[in-house]
Amino acid sequence: MFQIIIAIALVCISLSMLGLIYRVIKGPSIPDRVIALDALGINLIAVIALVSIFLDTYAFLEVILLLGILAFIGTVAMAKYLEKGVIIEHDRNK
Amino acid sequence: MKTNDIILQTATKVIAFVIILFSIRLFFSGHYYAGGGFVGGLMTSAALVLIMIAFDMKTVEWILPINYRFLIGIGLLTSVSTGLIGVFMGDPFLTHYFGYFDLPILGKTSLHTAALFDLGVYFVVVGVTMTIIKSIGESE
Repeated sequence: MFQIIIAIALVCISLSMLGLIYRVIKGPSIPDRVIALDALGINLIAVIALVSIFLDTYAFLEVILLLGILAFIGTVAMAKYLEKGVIIEHDRNK
Repeated sequence: MKTNDIILQTATKVIAFVIILFSIRLFFSGHYYAGGGFVGGLMTSAALVLIMIAFDMKTVEWILPINYRFLIGIGLLTSVSTGLIGVFMGDPFLTHYFGYFDLPILGKTSLHTAALFDLGVYFVVVGVTMTIIKSIGESE
């Protein structure tokens, strides 16, 4: 029973990931695609959490935190590129 | 045009410490759980990259005045000298030793020389990643 509920949740998250992939491909502007990729990373975290419940293991908990950090840094870097044109400035107060 | 990104800078001041603590935890849990020197080094350089994005390269050089090329050499020397411990004890190269010690605060702890080897890997990964990112970012 519990496995069936997890499978249903996985199917729902897969459907939402398909919608986000549609937005990544179709999205008219670049920020649409960036936000869709960020949400895709968060959905991937949910998939990993559900799979780690399904496999009954603690080994994937580091992966969840790691993906959260990487999605955040990637989104911040892309947002700064769209805002300023450079990601890492040499001297901000010049 | 001066941009005002105080939300990003204030969030970075908190989140960078969380990422560094997570990288230290990944480094020290490498013997018994998932993790190790490689992922720990990558997470530390991710924290440094986040500070570099939120502030600028000059600020990071002011916070951490480290030449990352020297860090690669220090890491390689640590790993090689860890391997040479076994040679001086009369065993083959890269023989590792471990023992149980009573530390003042931590209590009974098992210390292993493989952790020193992992520390060398950690330094090399941080040095290589930051050298790549800084040398790409500095080219105008």
